[in-house]
Amino acid sequence: MAHAIPRLPDTQIAALSAAYRSAQAAKRRTTLIGVLVLAILIMVAGRVAEVDLVKLWNNAGQLTSYLGRIFYLDNGKLVFTDIADWYWGLGRWMNRLWDTLLIAYLGTLFGAIGAFFLCFAATINLAVNPAQRFFARRFLEFCRTVPEIVFALIFVVAFGLGPVPGVLAIMIHTVGALGKLFAEVVENIDMKPVEGAIASGATRWQAIRYSVVPQVLPNFASYALLRFEINVRGASVMGFVGAGGIGQDLIEAIRKFYYSDVSAILLLIIAAVMIIDLVTERIRHRLISLEHGR
Amino acid sequence: MKTSRMFPDQTAIRARHAALVSGSQRERWVTLAVVLAMAGVALLAIVRLEFSFARLGSGIVQLGTFLGLMVPPTPGTQLWALLKALAETVAIAFLGTLLAALIAFPLGFLAARNTMANRLVRFLTRRFSDSIRGVDTLIWALIWINVVGLGPFAGVLAIMTSDIGAFSKLYSEAIEAIDRRAGEGVTSTGGSRVHAIRFGIVPQVMPVLISQMLYYFESNTRSATIIGIVGAGGIGLYLAEMIRTYEWDQVAFIILMILVTVAAIDFVSSRLRLAIVGERTGRL
Repeated sequence: MAHAIPRLPDTQIAALSAAYRSAQAAKRRTTLIGVLVLAILIMVAGRVAEVDLVKLWNNAGQLTSYLGRIFYLDNGKLVFTDIADWYWGLGRWMNRLWDTLLIAYLGTLFGAIGAFFLCFAATINLAVNPAQRFFARRFLEFCRTVPEIVFALIFVVAFGLGPVPGVLAIMIHTVGALGKLFAEVVENIDMKPVEGAIASGATRWQAIRYSVVPQVLPNFASYALLRFEINVRGASVMGFVGAGGIGQDLIEAIRKFYYSDVSAILLLIIAAVMIIDLVTERIRHRLISLEHGR
Repeated sequence: MKTSRMFPDQTAIRARHAALVSGSQRERWVTLAVVLAMAGVALLAIVRLEFSFARLGSGIVQLGTFLGLMVPPTPGTQLWALLKALAETVAIAFLGTLLAALIAFPLGFLAARNTMANRLVRFLTRRFSDSIRGVDTLIWALIWINVVGLGPFAGVLAIMTSDIGAFSKLYSEAIEAIDRRAGEGVTSTGGSRVHAIRFGIVPQVMPVLISQMLYYFESNTRSATIIGIVGAGGIGLYLAEMIRTYEWDQVAFIILMILVTVAAIDFVSSRLRLAIVGERTGRL
């Protein structure tokens, strides 16, 4: 049974293992330098952000006690023992939650429509010229880099308090975020149908309608649904700056220390977000399988 | 004869391939129903949320005036304070992302099907991170302010908390998507489960984790610019103040500062991602 593993001569082994050791050492050195740089950055950032571990340690109890307190009613009983008292404002909150969902819906819908009409200008394959592409891309970048709450703050001054500025803020942010994703989808399409349509005399928008849209629609819808889910979360805090929805009640409850209300509203928001997560995930999976079925 | 060959009878073609031209009947009904439902909900929303052309018109006129007042952008008398607040913002995003990644790392293993056999633990970990994710960063900031007081530290903790949920979900997905043969190889040569995770799984998921972290660092810089609105440090405090006092030229300056910072961090993090992860093609 000649299964012996061939053994290299010692000089060769020595050379190889020396090379291995030096390669290992070099790798270790890079890692060490990386860790050192990271440590220095952490120290600096900790200094700037006024991280105070002693304070955190001393007040850590307050987080648990706060989280505990929001689950007790004013009369000292656990919230779960008296659901009716806990959710005393259910009707009002459900109204506000419904508002929040509609803000997210309208913002997503208008944003998706805007993104649809803008995304083709931002692609390599369908933009009319490079200048158009450049400006479309910069515009989309601007829309998604400025946080929606900032738009909401400005719009509240311009349009007045209420859900209208919330919808507009979410819409603009959605145009930026979806426009980028839509453009990426369009850049990955099969160009042959587009060439076919153009060759038979179609205009740019006719070619888009009959050759591009059928290819990208499932993907667009799936991204829009994902965005809707994100926007529900965003709409839940629009009320913080006076732009409508359940955020208004939440910030009031937190600021005025209505403890049991805080937990009641938070749980409502979490439940709503989870349900929408589940539903949109279902629809998205169906859309994706629809696309693969083609 | 020649013309008829070049322009065949279109009505005959349409009649022959009716299904191809206009799609199946059922598909058309479904499309119509979906579009009508969406438009219906939109109409309901427009009425309920009190949209009106008068309001939109006057608001847009107002916005136009604000835009006019925004040029030229100026830092006013507080350039130094603004720069300091911006540094604070970046520091908040950096520390928040790092802490969240560290805490979410073990949670990812607890939530992944191939590393955690116990269904209950997996279920609880997932629901835990789902509920954390359902709450917006601003809400977490308000809650942490109650614990550590006003200031950037509350911001760090808020970013950290809301990212723990996102990271542990992403990590568990990355762990579930790995090639399990590496771990099996380690086990077959006598390695323990911890060895299998350390040498079979971690090297595979590390590039994904790091690139996600860098990506989130950029998006957290954006979130960190707004948590100042509720008093958790950073440039948001100045921004909200300037908007409330109608100092539009300074608002424009702060927004420009934010845009430049985010673009710079985007540049640095994509460079770092390339340097650490490399051009990767394929599954991961």
